Amino acid sequence: MSLATHQASTGRQIPDRLKTPLHRFLASWELLLLCVAVAVFILNSFASPYFLDPWNLSDATYNFTEKAMIAFAMALLIISGEIDLSVASIIALASTAMGFAVQLGAETPALILIGLGVGLLCGAFNGFLVTGLGLPSIVVTIGTMSLFRGISYIVLGDKAYTGYPSDFGFFGQGYVGWVITFELVLFAITAVLFAILLHRTNFGRAVFAIGNNPVGALFSGIRVTRVKFALFLLTGLMSGVAAICLTSRLGATRPSIAFGWELEVVTMVVLGGVSILGGSGSIPGVVIAAFVMGMVTFGFGLLNVPGIVMSIFIGLLLIAVIALPRIVRQILARRKA
Amino acid sequence: MIHSLIKSRETVLAAAILVLIGAIASRFPAFVAPSNLVNVFNDTAPLIILALGQMVVILTRCIDLSVAANLALTGMVVAMLNTIFPDLPVPLIMVIAIGLGSVMGLINGLLVWKLDIPPIVVTLGTMTIFRGIIFVISGGEWINAHEMSAAFKAFPREVVFGLPVLSWIAILVLIGFIVLIGRTALGRAFFAVGGNPHAAVYTGINVGLTQCAAYVISGALAGLTGYLWVARYAVAYVDIAGGFELEVVAACVIGGISIAGGIGSVGGALLGALFLGIVKNALPVVNISPFWQLAISGSAIIIAVAFNATSNRTKGRVILKKAEHAT
Repeated sequence: MSLATHQASTGRQIPDRLKTPLHRFLASWELLLLCVAVAVFILNSFASPYFLDPWNLSDATYNFTEKAMIAFAMALLIISGEIDLSVASIIALASTAMGFAVQLGAETPALILIGLGVGLLCGAFNGFLVTGLGLPSIVVTIGTMSLFRGISYIVLGDKAYTGYPSDFGFFGQGYVGWVITFELVLFAITAVLFAILLHRTNFGRAVFAIGNNPVGALFSGIRVTRVKFALFLLTGLMSGVAAICLTSRLGATRPSIAFGWELEVVTMVVLGGVSILGGSGSIPGVVIAAFVMGMVTFGFGLLNVPGIVMSIFIGLLLIAVIALPRIVRQILARRKA
Repeated sequence: MIHSLIKSRETVLAAAILVLIGAIASRFPAFVAPSNLVNVFNDTAPLIILALGQMVVILTRCIDLSVAANLALTGMVVAMLNTIFPDLPVPLIMVIAIGLGSVMGLINGLLVWKLDIPPIVVTLGTMTIFRGIIFVISGGEWINAHEMSAAFKAFPREVVFGLPVLSWIAILVLIGFIVLIGRTALGRAFFAVGGNPHAAVYTGINVGLTQCAAYVISGALAGLTGYLWVARYAVAYVDIAGGFELEVVAACVIGGISIAGGIGSVGGALLGALFLGIVKNALPVVNISPFWQLAISGSAIIIAVAFNATSNRTKGRVILKKAEHAT
């Protein structure tokens, strides 16, 4: 595309700052995703008579709540231009530590503290390697991903830890109100907290600034390393939260727990409209993406489609949704030329 | 010259490998017996082949997370072909495997080139798609040794001049890469595209096309390895080589190939793969449970990256110290 056609194709558009909020929403990624979510919901309700059962719908939320809670923190991290591929391994390590504590007779409050503590420690380790030593986060977290899960394998071998106290089961199996699961409530609260953190605070603005231009952010007085370190801590903490929920739901710890989740979490974030290159994205987008992925998984589950076949659709969805706006833009540019 | 040799990453890595082998040999001399070393090399051959393919992808500032899924899908397809047409000659099967792998690499490459989708997103997507397709075509069934023809299984294990064919193929691929990287325009283009894409455009290099070519090479090698893997272990199933893509990336990182693109060498990829292969093979020998393997390779990756980063740091005039870290 030559410079002239480029100008011609962009010249007729209304500048972003002149659009009304409604105008902006109608052209937004979130609306596109919302349409996909509604379409999947309608398709699901036609596909299986069991879909609209409230208990079924409630159980279906387990498909995404745990992953989404990590995805919120991961969204901030990716917006800042970093990534954490070790989140699933942090779950494994935190779950292993909790299982170990159970063998020593720990009660539920202690287990919670251990789960969150291990998550924070792992996040701090990642954060130190990336910000303290200035290493690329994608490689560092591929390393810690093997390291953290490796420690779980060393501790557990091919055994499993069970025998969690009965009141610990509430976090992954409990209901608040009629059919609303505790995890869904936790998901909603974290979604709101992260939305406020990213879109309404100076910290959130700093995250966007760093993702767009790290050096510029530094020169404008943002403590880049400190913000990035905090983001790794946050991702570790949320992995700890997910570890508590998942361990409680399964009632057991195996070293292979949450295997492959890091990719699903990243998929959720990218599907939610967060640019993998950093600098742009929103929490509402990630929330809708979580619903889309959860509902696709649930719908296929009702139709007895095996999990691995769903992954084809998740993969296609990921590529199609990212590619679609680019294809449209290229076609439009060609037509106007 | 000696100075630059000492400072080169390949030398350091080779020394580390020698120290590792020496430490193992001091307690378990049988490990360094030539026959065992041949076994270790043969076990590492698939990793070497894939690491070389991954190297050119990483050189161009991309990443290929779909290699293991590509390997598994190609392996399953050729295994199924073999059960349906047991008389298909092995060379034809290899051509099919390489072709199929290339097509999958081409899909990655075109998505990155023509649609400008970030490489990590593309290969994350194709990785799950390829794995899913294996399930669809196989129905989740395993293809076991007795369903494969004798010739199909025998080829990678046949010993020629004291080395199995699998090892010879790794050596051939290695020689091919030495020529490709050191003697061809495409080899130079990989470095140019990764080192400075804007400058590469001005020198007349098509950045997207070069990245696409890297993906096709990586895919072709993954396809080739798919046949070799399935034939050698005489089994094909959905989860074959699960998680292997990260081992491949790890081998490249340990071998000093910069994830930021533009820096790396054939020797580095080879040594990185060998390092991981030796660790994997030595664990049972020195009576450490294989459960330690993940933790050890994870630590090796972290140490290697930290080492590379400190040795690569530019020694220009630093005006604002913290700005270096920010980028």
